[in-house]
Amino acid sequence: MGVEITVDELVMTYGDLRAVDGVSFTVAPGEFFGLLGPNGAGKTTTLEMIEGLRKPEGGTVRIDGHEPWKREPELQRRMGVQLQSSAFFERLTAREQLDTFGALYGVAPGRTDEMLEQVGLVDKAGIRTEDLSGGQKQRLSIACALIHDPEVVFLDEPTAALDPQARRNLWDVLRTINESGRTVVLTTHYMDEAEVLCDRVAIMDSGRILELDTPAALVRGLDAPVRISLAPGVLPVEVAREVAGVDPVEADDSGTTITTRDPSRVLTELASRNALDGLSVKGASLEDVFLELTGREYRA
Amino acid sequence: MKPFGSLARAMLKGFFRERIAVFFAVIFPLMFLVLFGGIFTDQGASKSEIIQLGKVSVLDEAPQQVKDSLRESLEITKSSDEKDALEQVRKGDADAVISQDGDRLVVRYSQADQVKAATVQGAFQAIVQSANIAVTGEQPRFSLSTDQVEDDSLKAIQYYTPGLMGWAIASGATFGAATNLVVWRRNGLLRRLRLAPIPTRSVVLARVAVSITIAIIQAVIFLGVGIALFGLRLTGSWPMIIPLLVCGTLAFMAIGLLAGAVAKSEEAAVAIANFVVLPMAFLSGSFFPLDGAPGYVTAISKVLPLKHLNDGMLDTMVRGEGPSSALVPMAILLGFAVVVTAIASRLFRWDD
Repeated sequence: MGVEITVDELVMTYGDLRAVDGVSFTVAPGEFFGLLGPNGAGKTTTLEMIEGLRKPEGGTVRIDGHEPWKREPELQRRMGVQLQSSAFFERLTAREQLDTFGALYGVAPGRTDEMLEQVGLVDKAGIRTEDLSGGQKQRLSIACALIHDPEVVFLDEPTAALDPQARRNLWDVLRTINESGRTVVLTTHYMDEAEVLCDRVAIMDSGRILELDTPAALVRGLDAPVRISLAPGVLPVEVAREVAGVDPVEADDSGTTITTRDPSRVLTELASRNALDGLSVKGASLEDVFLELTGREYRA
Repeated sequence: MKPFGSLARAMLKGFFRERIAVFFAVIFPLMFLVLFGGIFTDQGASKSEIIQLGKVSVLDEAPQQVKDSLRESLEITKSSDEKDALEQVRKGDADAVISQDGDRLVVRYSQADQVKAATVQGAFQAIVQSANIAVTGEQPRFSLSTDQVEDDSLKAIQYYTPGLMGWAIASGATFGAATNLVVWRRNGLLRRLRLAPIPTRSVVLARVAVSITIAIIQAVIFLGVGIALFGLRLTGSWPMIIPLLVCGTLAFMAIGLLAGAVAKSEEAAVAIANFVVLPMAFLSGSFFPLDGAPGYVTAISKVLPLKHLNDGMLDTMVRGEGPSSALVPMAILLGFAVVVTAIASRLFRWDD
């Protein structure tokens, strides 16, 4: 169970634009791998070449030694793909969608109930997909990708445009998929998602991979200061400055914040003064890594 | 076989669950059949309305037998107000005013309806002639008997059913293929199916099977309504309409695929399909015969697939031609399908 994916020097251009410009990485069997990047970074094009929807202009993709763009049925039976969450047959119910996709993969009809259960849509089985909510559609489209019990699953922005509850609900589904030993590759532009789900993350921008590592290693590598905040009035500003020493202190109506590279010293000081009310400690996140790498200017 | 069957089932369900699609494929053309059937059924019985001014001896004193036969084509009302009677003719409420001036029978008609005017004149010519012969007291030497060459049942419905059915099948196949292609390309299902372990031809064949099924359903309903309500009578080789409509469906699916390949949105696909099919229906004689049309119209109609579908169905369904009369139209439709599909496949895209 679980396949190995090797991507080597992938290139794809659209006119003058080098959408994918020399991308290489390897995904180990059973790994949860994330492609993270802003819109237009080239993640979807990269994923499409891995899935076999596009033939690479340059470079190679191998899934357990097979070239996906050749669309060999044996390989396709081992792959589960989730594209847009709208990729359904018109006016069919959730159950009928699963039955139809199942038949395409030669799956016994019993799988449908199993999948409805797994993604929590048993009570929506008779509802047409047009009448499902965004989160329910996403879950159904993932169920359709898993109907034939594939060894590797590709997900293109599975949580885009979902509300926070639906996203967390979907994360649970995705974790379960990976825990059963499947290789999972997903694209996302949500940092927290990549941080929570992925074993390793490739940060892409302008068609290139900028960094590739575990989320924890990426954050550590940033060497960013920690922000320690206290509720207003817990500590007079002068005392806070005393505690902080050389580190900067900001105080306003919402509280006092000390930014430090030595959080253990600051926290010990605060504890000894019994000033931990409303305390929050924020370390750097993947978001900081991401912004550091791709810049902060706004991109649509 | 299993993927093919499940795809076809999914498409058929999708079609029948959309009321608008079913309406335009089945009910809408049927409305025309009912409309045309209703308008033209009593065409033969449509009488000319005559106003008789004062005494007209040839009418008043005609033998009962002649009066009966006149009543079949003329509806005579009596009046004494000449001005009012002429005004009615002028307005089109009556077709002619008849009066007698000595031995002269005077028919005054309006040029506005030339067919009616000619009918009325013809009828009274005959009345005057037979009255003249009757005066001589001799038996007429010559007699006229008429007989139409077609089956006795060749009424308007015999013409309209094949034509409207051809139009219904053409629109059904074109719209089905065009919208299917655009919707699946836009919602990503086309790419999703491409990554399923099934050959592309399974998807295409499933769509073809669905379109043919819909065409057969259309034909059954058309023939059912035509026979049950309007006295449609099929001639010997009518079962040939089944291979004909299969070939017609392929030809129009090809047009639909071309429209779907070119169009960026579903609305655009429908507009293109309409732009092609509706004028073609007029030029192919789906709505009215092209017998009186100018030469260039007939020339255009010869390159239109719908014209050949209509001709084939007319020949086999109502003109009593043998089964072989369907072969040439079928060959033309298939050739058309091949050429247009080849063009469509060059313009085909998996995604936007």
